[in-house]
Amino acid sequence: MHKLLTEHPGLKMLLLGNEAIARGAIEAGVAVATTYPGTPSSEISTNFFQISRESDLYFEYSTNEKVALEVAAATANSGVRSMCVMKHVGMNVAADVFMTLAYIGVKGGLVIVTADDPYMFSSQNEQDNRYYSKFAGIPMVEPSSVQEAKDMVAYAFNLSEKLQQPVIFRTTTRINHSNAAVVIGKIKEPETRGDISKDPFNHVPVPAVARKLHAKLLSKLGEAEKISEDSEHNFIIGNGAWGIICNGVSYNYVSDAVKDLNIENRVKILRIGFSYPMPRAMIKRFLQECEKVLVVEEGEPFMEETVKVLAQEEKLTLSIMGKSKKFFSRLYEFDPALVRQSIADYFDVACSPAKVPDLSDIPEIPQRPPNLCAGCPHRATFYAVKKASEGMDTICPTDIGCYTLGFLPPLAMGDFLICMGASAGTSCGFSKVTGKKVISFIGDSTFFHSGISGLINAVFNNHDFTMVILDNGTTAMTGLQPNPGVYMKKLNLDVYGKVSIQKVVRAVGVSHVTVIRPYRVKKSVDAIKEALHYKGVSVVISEEACTLYARSLKKARGKPFFVSDKCKGHKDCINEIACPAFFIKNKRVEIDPDLCTGCTVCAQICPEHAILPIRNI
Amino acid sequence: MDTTRLIIVAVGGQGNLLASRVIGEAALIADVPVRMSEIHGMAQRGGVVESAIVFGDASSTVISDGEADVLLGFEPSETLRALNKCNANTVVITSLALLSPFTVTTGSSVYPSLSVLQALIRQKTAKLIAFDAAALATEAGNVLSVNMVLLGALIQTGTVPLQVENVKEAIMNKTSKTFVESNLKAFELGFSVAKELG
Repeated sequence: MHKLLTEHPGLKMLLLGNEAIARGAIEAGVAVATTYPGTPSSEISTNFFQISRESDLYFEYSTNEKVALEVAAATANSGVRSMCVMKHVGMNVAADVFMTLAYIGVKGGLVIVTADDPYMFSSQNEQDNRYYSKFAGIPMVEPSSVQEAKDMVAYAFNLSEKLQQPVIFRTTTRINHSNAAVVIGKIKEPETRGDISKDPFNHVPVPAVARKLHAKLLSKLGEAEKISEDSEHNFIIGNGAWGIICNGVSYNYVSDAVKDLNIENRVKILRIGFSYPMPRAMIKRFLQECEKVLVVEEGEPFMEETVKVLAQEEKLTLSIMGKSKKFFSRLYEFDPALVRQSIADYFDVACSPAKVPDLSDIPEIPQRPPNLCAGCPHRATFYAVKKASEGMDTICPTDIGCYTLGFLPPLAMGDFLICMGASAGTSCGFSKVTGKKVISFIGDSTFFHSGISGLINAVFNNHDFTMVILDNGTTAMTGLQPNPGVYMKKLNLDVYGKVSIQKVVRAVGVSHVTVIRPYRVKKSVDAIKEALHYKGVSVVISEEACTLYARSLKKARGKPFFVSDKCKGHKDCINEIACPAFFIKNKRVEIDPDLCTGCTVCAQICPEHAILPIRNI
Repeated sequence: MDTTRLIIVAVGGQGNLLASRVIGEAALIADVPVRMSEIHGMAQRGGVVESAIVFGDASSTVISDGEADVLLGFEPSETLRALNKCNANTVVITSLALLSPFTVTTGSSVYPSLSVLQALIRQKTAKLIAFDAAALATEAGNVLSVNMVLLGALIQTGTVPLQVENVKEAIMNKTSKTFVESNLKAFELGFSVAKELG
C-alpha cells in the first residue's frame, strides 16, 4: 500500500512537504487531482499518480496548467472535491481560467496549489503568486511548516466549500522540499461522483451574467475576510510592544531569531496563514498595540502594503518597515541569519552574527554546472544541428526542459528563452525581422503543453524557420512524468490514448517533416541540413528515449565504450560534445564505463575511430 | 534540547538525499525533533546537491552561512566550496574520492590539490576527518554505498544526537532490501575509519 494511504491517525511519519500536501488532500477526501508537473510542486503529483492506481482517486497529468484547471473546475462544479497542482509560472498559463472561475465559483471544494520558487532554484522567474489571489479575489492560505502543509489542506477544502469559491494554497520551495515529522490524521472517504445543475445564469458569464457574478464575488470576499479575522491560521504569540508580522517560512526564521536574540518578552508576532483577504481588523488591533512593526515576507511587499494602508486608515504613525535597502530585499529567499540581523537592527538589540572563516586564501574551486547526462539524446541532436548549420548565421530560440542546458558551451544551442512553448512563437518573430536562419528547440512534453499553437501560427502566417522537436518520450526534467506522446500501454497502463507528434505536425499543415534517430550522426546531420534549406516551416522530430527513463524501465543499455590506443588526442569527443562520461587521466582521454551508455555518438565523430565498444578489446 | 545544524553536500547521483532520509528516519525513531530541507531539480544532472538538517529546538529548515555545526562532504571540492557554512567550531567530515567536474576535464579549470584542500579546511574549522569513502564503499561490496560510509563516520563523531542503533534501524527500514547488507557494512567501515582518524 502507498505510504500516504496509511490509516492509523496519530502516527508520526517523516514526510516531504509535497508528500504532506498530498496526504492532506487524501485526508480531506480529495476525489480528483490534476496537474502539469513543475518543480517545486512535482512530488505532490507523483504521489497522486501512484495513489490513483490503488484507490478511488482520479488523477491526471493534463497537457498544461490551463487544461488542468479546467478539468478541476468542472469536477468541482459537479460537487466533487478537487485539487489542481502547479508551479508558480503555471498559474500564468491557468490564469485565463482562474480569473473567470472566480466569478463562477465552485460547488465541491477546489484547492489550487501554487508552488512559488524564491531564488529560482529551478525556475525562470521568482514571481510572487500571492498577487493572483488579490487579482482574482480568491482566498489564499500559506503554511509555515510541513505539518501545517498537511493540516491546512483540509482547512482549505472546507473554506472552499463554505465560500463556494476556489482557494489558493500557496507554498514556497522551502515548504515543498523540506522534510519533517508529521502526525497524520483520519482519511475521509472521497465522494467520487457528482453532477451540475443546468443554471446558465450562474454558470455562463455572458456580460449580463458576469456583471451580476462580479458583484457576488465581492460579497463572497467580504465573507472571506470575516472568516480570516477568526481563522486559527492567523494568530498572535507573545505580548511585547514590538511587532513582527510574517508568513510562510519567514515565520520560522522570526521565531528562531526572537529566541536567539532573547527578546521573547518584548516582541509580539502576528503570523498570517490565511493571507488573502487579510484579517484587517485583527491587524489594526495589532498595530494599535505596537510601538513599531517589522513585516517579514519573502518576495514582494504584499502584506506590507496592506498593513501600511490599514495604519493610515487608523491614523497611526508608528514606524512600519519591510522591504527597504537596509532590511529586506524583494530578491531571492531569506535565511535565519538575515532575518535575525534585520530584527536586531530594526529593534536596536545586540546580535553577534556567526563568524564565517576568512575564505580569501581558498583557491578557485572548479564550477560544477548541471550538464546533460552521459548519453543524453539531446546532446546528439544539438551536435547534429550544429554540424548541419555550420556556416549559417542562426538564431536558436529554445524552451523549458533538460534541453535548455544545451545553451552551455560547447553545444551553445539556445539563444532565447521565455517560458513554456515560447520557442515556437518567438521563432515566428525572429524569422520575420532578422533575415537569419531560425532554428527552434522544443521537447515533446513542452510541444504538447503550448508549442502546438505557435506552430499553427507559423503555418498560417507563412513563417520561415525550422522547429526541432526533441522527443525523448517523457517529461524528464521534473522526474519522468508521462505526456500525451508517451505510449502508456508499454507501462501496463492501458487506460490511456496516445498522440503522435508526427501526425499532429503534418495535420496542422507543416509540409516538410523529417524524423531522425539522433544517435545516427551522419544521417541526422544530412536530414537536418535538408530541413534547414527548406523555405517555410520545417519540422525535425528527433526521437530517442531519455537515458534516465530507459534506465528506469530497465531497458538494456548499450555496451560501454573505451578509448583505444588509436587515440591521437584530437579531443573532439570532449571539445565538441562534452559528454560527462569523459575524463582525462595522465593526459589521456578516458571513458568512465559506469557512466557510458553506449550511445556511440563519440565513436562516430572521432577522427581516428579510436573509440570502441569494450567487448572489442 | 540544543540545536545541531548539519550540512551535507554532494554531487547529484551520490545518494545524498537517501542519506538525509535515513538520518531523518533515525531521528524519528530516536524521538529527536528534526527538520530538513534539500534542493532537488537538477539533482540528477551532475550539479551540486545540498541538504540542511536541523536537530533540536528550532523551526527553520535552512542553515545560514557560518552556522553549521557539522559539514559532511561527499566530494572534496564540494566540501571546500561549502566552507562558508562553517565556523571555527565546525566539525568537517569529507570523502577524498574526487569527482572531476567537467570544467576540469575540458581544461577550463583546475582541481585544487587535495593536500592544500585538507590543510585549508583544518586551519579554518575545529576538526577534519578525511578519507576515501569510495574505496570503503567498494570494500563493502557496493560502490554506490558511499553515502552509508559517510553516515557511519558522521555517527562515530558523536556530533549529531543520533545513536548507532537508530541509524542502523533506519538503514534496514528505508534502504533497498537488496542493499541492506552492504549498506550496513559500509556504515560499519565508515564508523571504524572515523574512530581511527578521530
